[in-house]
Amino acid sequence: MASGELIIRGGFIIDPTRKIDGDAGDVAIKDGKIVDKVSSSAKVIDAKGKVVMAGGVDVHSHVAGPKVNAGRLLRPEDKLLSGFCRSAMAQKNGYRMESGFSIPSVFKTGYDYARMGYTFVMEAAMPPLLAPHVHEEIHDTPIIDEAALPVFGNNWFVMEYLKNGEVENTAAYIAWLLGQTKGYGVKVVNPGGTAAWAWGLNCLNLTDHVPFFEITPGEIIKGLMEANEYLGLPHSIHVHQNNLGNPGNYPDTIESLKIAEGVKTKNKFGREQVLHSTHLQFHSYGGDGWGTFCSKAKEVMDYVNKQKNITIDLGCVTLDETTTMTADGPFEHHLHGLNHLKWTNVDVELETAAGIVPYIYNKDVLPNAIQWATGLELALFAKDMNRTFLTTDHPNAGPFTRYPRVIKWLMSKKAREATLATMKNSDKVVNATYIHGVDRELTLFEIAQMTRSGPAKCLGLGNTYGGLAPGMNGDVGIFDLNFKNMPSDAEKIETAFQRAAYFIKNGEVIVKDGEVVSHGHKKTVWVKVNMPENPQVTRDVSQAFHKGTYTVQLENYAVKDYLAPHPYVINVDVEA
Amino acid sequence: MATVTLKPTKVPELIFEGYSITPDVFAGKTAAQIAALPGHEGKIHVTIGDFFTVSGNAGATAADTDIVIDGDCTRVKYIGSKMTAGTVTLNGNADMYVGGWMKGGKIHVKGNVDSFCGIQMEGGELTVDGDAKNHVGCAYRGDWRGMKGGTIRIKGSAGNDIGTFMLGGTIIIEKNAFIHVSTHAEGGTVIIKGDVEGRVGGQMVKGEMYVLGEIKFMMPGYQKVDTVEKEVDGVKARFDHYIGDLGERHGKSKGQVVYANLYVKTAA
Repeated sequence: MASGELIIRGGFIIDPTRKIDGDAGDVAIKDGKIVDKVSSSAKVIDAKGKVVMAGGVDVHSHVAGPKVNAGRLLRPEDKLLSGFCRSAMAQKNGYRMESGFSIPSVFKTGYDYARMGYTFVMEAAMPPLLAPHVHEEIHDTPIIDEAALPVFGNNWFVMEYLKNGEVENTAAYIAWLLGQTKGYGVKVVNPGGTAAWAWGLNCLNLTDHVPFFEITPGEIIKGLMEANEYLGLPHSIHVHQNNLGNPGNYPDTIESLKIAEGVKTKNKFGREQVLHSTHLQFHSYGGDGWGTFCSKAKEVMDYVNKQKNITIDLGCVTLDETTTMTADGPFEHHLHGLNHLKWTNVDVELETAAGIVPYIYNKDVLPNAIQWATGLELALFAKDMNRTFLTTDHPNAGPFTRYPRVIKWLMSKKAREATLATMKNSDKVVNATYIHGVDRELTLFEIAQMTRSGPAKCLGLGNTYGGLAPGMNGDVGIFDLNFKNMPSDAEKIETAFQRAAYFIKNGEVIVKDGEVVSHGHKKTVWVKVNMPENPQVTRDVSQAFHKGTYTVQLENYAVKDYLAPHPYVINVDVEA
Repeated sequence: MATVTLKPTKVPELIFEGYSITPDVFAGKTAAQIAALPGHEGKIHVTIGDFFTVSGNAGATAADTDIVIDGDCTRVKYIGSKMTAGTVTLNGNADMYVGGWMKGGKIHVKGNVDSFCGIQMEGGELTVDGDAKNHVGCAYRGDWRGMKGGTIRIKGSAGNDIGTFMLGGTIIIEKNAFIHVSTHAEGGTVIIKGDVEGRVGGQMVKGEMYVLGEIKFMMPGYQKVDTVEKEVDGVKARFDHYIGDLGERHGKSKGQVVYANLYVKTAA
């Protein structure tokens, strides 16, 4: 945190938290926080003619942990796509070498997010047993504040408790595990399906039976949602639904979302949703096979628009060569069967699994082009941009470094049409999607909602991140765009968001003219639940370790404090 | 045609990454501009002029540019990598990645080269008068898309992993090779005029291999089908013709299964 004073003068401020849309004004920062005013000795940054926004908040990205690292090991060739990452500037500024494209090194991850003006990133899937690795990697990623969501959707304890309808025990187990792993919230990946994968099976819809556990995916989602609200965690459950990536999966998606109907949130963090549905693009398909594959973005968004207590993120396909990685083990095996590229799979005892397969999204391959359109359509059909967030499910649908390109497509019909026109099957794409008929172009205000205020609120961090109101973190991105005279060439929008003119974090200048000038002071954010001990859960957990169900000892399970040396702990008090 | 001559002035303490030493990068530049072109020594940013004296201006295009390196480049990597036209002549040895990813033009190394020469090459000619180490014309580590075209000729011997994941083009090793030839290949031709230790054509799907010496250890996935007369790179001989790798998937053409072909010179 910089102790000095800083004032950003004369920029076009875009801050949805205060409904400011492009008014020219100043942003003052003191001791790392936004303030009303600063003294005349404050350092001045001239932002005249530029857009000023809060630091970006990424709600879902796979940037740290064993799965990402396995991806790096599986794909050494990914670093051939690094691009120009050894500038003379890098050496001059004393920052570290960067490599990788879809699975960048920790340094490249931190730098590239900072260059795009992002300040907070949620690692979207942390295997609890391997949480120490996740935290080591988070600590090695410079600049950005990070948190991680442990996965619960295929956890043996959770499934045992929920089979018997024991929501309170589930909640107590979640509280214990968040403390052990220094986790942030409840991630659910292919509920039941990944557990079934240990038997070589999968769960494709909500009523499929999970072998051995005698529970269904629908019951797991419902039970975890109730447990999450029982605890009143900052974030809601964060769901990667069943039947990902398959033609005709959209009815299953809507069925999963319906579980939220009538459920009310209970939390002190300003969060309004009870379910966050992630990378919805992969779940919004029609057709009964790849031949009839089509977008059902409109049908899915018609539901999302009227169901106010859910939020979504896009998972936009960016048409790049990338690396897919998910705790949805059976899906990755299925994908390997489709593209025949190399595949690896990991099982994490009692808890989860993961698979990794390289994937080339080719604009001339019809299903890939339809996926591209589907992701963008979700945003273009959304009515409430504060519930609709920009992601690429990095690196699954594309690397996070393509966010500026997705912004370009969302803000410019011309840019969308230009991409569409280069596709070999553009006529068929038009027939199988809605994109050609949608004229909507998102505004900078809506982009700020999707990348700043919205995700921050969804994560229960709306009073710290995602806005420029006094008292919030002094995290500011300044972009070389003239709000009053936006460029007619949409490429300039992409360039402006790729390399921020300035990125300031906690009042310290991190990026200047698109280059990193400081490593800043990153934090690890995690949630600590304070509640009375639950004797049954304590006994169940200790038995699992002492009976040898786990291969490690309980005392070696927790993430030690030294692994997260710069914590920002959010306390949640639960009364008995 | 314009000739640019580089004369080594000092040996890099680490390794000089000479990714700028190609006709494409030199094209249109004066000697002084070429000396200022970037390179790396470890993480340190250096220039070509830090290690070479440069004389002569380049031609307007890569095709009009000949590069002559007068001296030893044992510690210089990436010479001629990604080039599309023009020539590079090196009167000495070179380090790794000579002609890697090259698409056209000619490279002639009069000494030896280290590993990874001509990897993922797409076109052009790479000739080495001495020996090559490992991974001649191979795919990059982890990549499943290998050499697509062009010709690599090693007048001496080569090490292991020759033509891995090869899809097209020709590799000629005039003396001996060690192990792993054309592993995973789905096209292209590898000719080894001397002996090979073994593991020739493992998991190979399609493509041709010729061995004019002996294979010490034959792969079990190959089956001898006949004996044929062939002329290979100027040598006329009788060959034992094997097909394989029988443990691998194979496509069909006109109803016939297409195997990889291995021709080993029939013992006299």
